Amino acid sequence: MLGEAEPQWLSEEVKTGTTIIAIEFNGGVVLGSDSRVSAGESVVNRVMNKLSPLHDKIYCALSGSAADAQTIAEMVNYQLDVHSMEIGEDPQVRSAATLVKNISYKYKEELSAHLIVAGWDRREGGQVFATLKGLLTRQPFAVGGSGSSYVYGFVDAEYRKGMNKKECQQFVVNTLSLAMKRDGSSGGVAYLVTIDEHGTEEKVILGNDLPNLFNQ
Amino acid sequence: MEKHYTDSKVKGVSTGTTILAAIFDGGVVIGSDSRASIGGEYVSSKTINKVIQVHDRIFCCMAGSLADAQAVIKSAKSHLSFHSVQMESPPLVIAAASVLKELCYKNKDELQAGFLTAGWDSKKGPQVYVVSLGGMLISQQVTIGGSGSTYIYGYVDAKYKPNMTREECLQFATNALALAMGRDNVSGGVAHLVVITEKGVELKLVCSLIELLLIFHEELNE
Repeated sequence: MLGEAEPQWLSEEVKTGTTIIAIEFNGGVVLGSDSRVSAGESVVNRVMNKLSPLHDKIYCALSGSAADAQTIAEMVNYQLDVHSMEIGEDPQVRSAATLVKNISYKYKEELSAHLIVAGWDRREGGQVFATLKGLLTRQPFAVGGSGSSYVYGFVDAEYRKGMNKKECQQFVVNTLSLAMKRDGSSGGVAYLVTIDEHGTEEKVILGNDLPNLFNQ
Repeated sequence: MEKHYTDSKVKGVSTGTTILAAIFDGGVVIGSDSRASIGGEYVSSKTINKVIQVHDRIFCCMAGSLADAQAVIKSAKSHLSFHSVQMESPPLVIAAASVLKELCYKNKDELQAGFLTAGWDSKKGPQVYVVSLGGMLISQQVTIGGSGSTYIYGYVDAKYKPNMTREECLQFATNALALAMGRDNVSGGVAHLVVITEKGVELKLVCSLIELLLIFHEELNE
């Protein structure tokens, strides 16, 4: 048989349609993401870790086009290494976010990725920065990706100032769980990264261990 | 399959909207926002009521093209009152939902309207039905619709509990509508809520949503 049609997913752009969230607490930050990567209607990777380290205590969460997001993260990782050698100490979270913002803004027509940058530094403690489309803004928490639309109401209602580390981790897990249930492009497992002055802790929560908040 | 988009400028006033219906212990709450806008650029009405009474204890909320929805509801109302005269008893909630479903399904190529139907009848008590754009009919405990509903899926999933009390359900519905209006630019205004129980029907207008939003957005209080 001649000319067998190639599967649709080979010609579709690979996107991390996703849910990402980062939240600041007194003394650090918690980042969370799902793990689904889709090309059109196929899930091409169900265990991708979208929380990418930019430096020891600075991570970013990737969303949008998988290629664009990964490239930005790698470029900023390199630029931050050079920068931290130049200044002789650990870089500030704001510097990392600015580097991401510079790339996002300069190439905003070509790129379609949104990175949330979060981390801990000695000067300002835990910080979360959103860099959507080249904007740079510090926020107490940020959500992004296709799944974030479904949980805006939930995070608006549930976020309180002054949550401690455990409460923030629970908040992130609950939010991811709700978004993954509703968004077709989010799913798989939940990755959690907690950064504070003592170090960085990475955690995976498997799909069946996610809280089931849906009561019907 | 081609996607069918409504051009709101062609169809006229379209309801970007948030609608919700939820069953509690002994009744049902159905509610909506009150904004009608043209293409998301101009608010043509700040106080439109999207909760329509189709019979004594059956109410409907419309989503999609307002023109289509109004036409369908007008036709459904007359079908229903004729049906209830024939049956010599108040219509069942599922009858109302089915009438809407038939109209939506038979005319699916021309129409762009979806409905939430909520009510109470003596056979099954409080019920909520959803008629989707293409004419699917399903029964649910809690359901949301309209453009603003996207933002509150997480909230509704987390916060709705079966067998809530009337007050808890009203607070839940008000909160959900307020949160949706806070994020969706084509939903807004006041919240029109209707509580339907065996005893009767109560209409509530909640205007103080701004205060509610201030509670949810603590950073505004600084």
